[in-house]
Amino acid sequence: MHAHEILQIILFFGLGIALTPIVGRYMAKVFKGERTFLHPILAPVERFVYRVTRTDPNHEMTWLHYLAGVCIMTVVGAVSLFGILMTQQWLPLNPQGLPNLSWHLAFNTAWSFTCNADWQSYSGEGVMSYFSQTVGLSVHQFLSGAAGIAVLAAVGRALKRASVKSIGNFWADLTRCLLYIVIPLSILWSIPLAWQGCPQTWKAYPAAHLVEAYTTQVPKTDDKGNAVNGADGKPVMVDARVDTQLIPVGPVASFEACKQIFTNGGGWYGVNSAHPLENPTPLANFLEMLAIIVIPMAQVYMFGLMIGNKKHAWTIFAVMLSLFVLSFIVAWWAESQPNPVTAPFHPNLEGKETRFGVMNSTLWGAACTAIDNGSVNSMHDSWMPLAGLMPMWNILVGEIFFGGVGCGMYCMMFHILIAVFIAGLMIGRTPEYLGKKLGAWEATWAVVGVLGPNAACLIPTAMSCMIPSVISGTLGNNGPHGLSEILYAYGEAANNNGSAFAGLNANVPWHDVALGIAIIIGRFAPIAAALAIVGRLASKKTVEASVGTLPTHGWTFGLTLTGVIVIVAALTFFPAICLGPLVEHGLMLAGRTF
Amino acid sequence: MIIKVTLQSILQTIAWTIVCGVILPLLLTVAFQTLFPYQANGSLITVGGKLVGSELLAQQFTGDKYFWPRPSANSYGSSPSGLVTSSGSNLGPTSAQLQTNVQANAKALRAAHHLPDNAPVPADLVFASASGLDPHISPEAARFQVARVAAARGLSADRVAALVEQHVELSQWGFLGEPRVNVLVLNLALDNEVPGKQP
Repeated sequence: MHAHEILQIILFFGLGIALTPIVGRYMAKVFKGERTFLHPILAPVERFVYRVTRTDPNHEMTWLHYLAGVCIMTVVGAVSLFGILMTQQWLPLNPQGLPNLSWHLAFNTAWSFTCNADWQSYSGEGVMSYFSQTVGLSVHQFLSGAAGIAVLAAVGRALKRASVKSIGNFWADLTRCLLYIVIPLSILWSIPLAWQGCPQTWKAYPAAHLVEAYTTQVPKTDDKGNAVNGADGKPVMVDARVDTQLIPVGPVASFEACKQIFTNGGGWYGVNSAHPLENPTPLANFLEMLAIIVIPMAQVYMFGLMIGNKKHAWTIFAVMLSLFVLSFIVAWWAESQPNPVTAPFHPNLEGKETRFGVMNSTLWGAACTAIDNGSVNSMHDSWMPLAGLMPMWNILVGEIFFGGVGCGMYCMMFHILIAVFIAGLMIGRTPEYLGKKLGAWEATWAVVGVLGPNAACLIPTAMSCMIPSVISGTLGNNGPHGLSEILYAYGEAANNNGSAFAGLNANVPWHDVALGIAIIIGRFAPIAAALAIVGRLASKKTVEASVGTLPTHGWTFGLTLTGVIVIVAALTFFPAICLGPLVEHGLMLAGRTF
Repeated sequence: MIIKVTLQSILQTIAWTIVCGVILPLLLTVAFQTLFPYQANGSLITVGGKLVGSELLAQQFTGDKYFWPRPSANSYGSSPSGLVTSSGSNLGPTSAQLQTNVQANAKALRAAHHLPDNAPVPADLVFASASGLDPHISPEAARFQVARVAAARGLSADRVAALVEQHVELSQWGFLGEPRVNVLVLNLALDNEVPGKQP
């Protein structure tokens, strides 16, 4: 622990907290349709968008209509993205001449990006054309994030209403979110990233002449490109000289800002923000990390303003922040411990970049999983078992320690409702939330919102373990760490995170399809549940708070909520976690290898 | 309702594809190519009119006359057949392969630097980087290699050590990130120091 590390941590959390009320108030204004300082420039653009998309922003929707808007837009996005990925070979802006994707990779990627998960079974610089990255993937990083925040805006709005059936207009929420919040922030953030070294060009990859060319061995091939086998049945090896290095560039800076701000996390390059061209310097790293937390932290404050209860929002904020900070501290501590397997070499720098070191790698890892971002600046697969458990825990709990843009807060609402329900039952009162009486409808949907993603994680994880070809052909590591790789993959898919224990070779039909389906369930189960709950609550009458009403702020409520979160997640995942990281930790201390 | 929502979804998707997927990246390209032309093109380094690499990407160096970068799981992005995509080893903490790699790296480094079997080796030189393209090593890892490079080039160790110290980048703004040395830049400076000494 050094002074400069502590300073970075304080500055990181301090700036995030300081920006929360500023950005949160601005976001609430945008969604209430009030004038902001950007209106003089952007209001005409907003009106123009409404005109070309035939939107009446004042037309109010029911919760089902709103849900249809979110779902159908995502389907349209996924289909069009699938089309682009399957035809990129014939589309423009493909200077490397990259081929079309396989159907299963295109399926997985299309859903992953339109559902804000941004899981990647591929390495962008070797697979995606500039067209696919910019006109395809990047657009859905904007749209999927905006859809999430729009849903949260509707949730907040509906909770404030009484005795009405409508919850707002999805297209207006989407347009305002993109125009006033995300596009300005993306432009703002891309400037320092470009200054620090992210490329922004459309030219082909330049070929550099290596300072020290070298010779390596490659399998000999015949005229048809088939490997030639020698008399012993092994491939014949011949010398090949390597004197060039292709430098993968592209319009990275403009792509990168939205990827970080909107909790997408789908990187331009295969190793995401560990790549020196995607995350060139410690300053770029700090700004990219700050971008992860800005909107997710602010959304809690925005929610508080929209429901008219800031005390409630700050209590939720405190719960989220404490659990986030706790996961970081455990990860940093565990990652700084010696590993008997690789002794005497210490610290564990496998899969870490020199410019970031252990602290910035674990802080990023905790941030990108507590918040549903899923970008990485180190390889989580190579973390120590208990350190790697922390990102996994953050994901499995359901991405609610601020969580994804929009979804972090509305997923937290499910836990709040369960907490309120349990507390109400304990003292024998009808549970209330924000002046609304809760019934079987709300409780049922809250459980759907929590257990839907959990089932979408554990069931395919178990199925994967039963498929011999998955076990023999896709794992990057053996022993308990192999189970961790599968569990992490399906956990992140079901919670739309997108980070990975990247040793898993996920680009096979089973994983691509199963992960894609887990992503779809993990996206729509919570959205449907949230809208169903608030749609019903908006139509109910508000009851005045009485002496017997349990307050939804303060220590008692905060601790109850924390208890509910931990108990629900532990009951669901403790057995799986035991068989993965916990067993591995014990075996590692004993020096066992696999 | 469904038909109307579908139509609006299509119109919205097209509208935002044009704004976020076409106009925004093109505007930013013009801006950044004007403001930061060096960075926008990939921080390319040319020596004598020849492109020799990117300041931000590691290259393979194996000769004794050069400082060596960290181990790479993707052969530093280059191969006889072209680009190798970025990648870490993704070996977990109980991986037998990791144990083998680390011990082999340490053994090779000790042999190349004429050190005894249990001599300490900087951790960043035995563990593979996250991207396989990490352009930096720690200052300790650079100092560790000074004697070998100096001997191979027939320079005094002091002169090489001074060059290393010149190339140590401290934490950015005094507190961000870790101290480091850019291997490619250091090696080019070495070549510049002793012209005509390239192998």
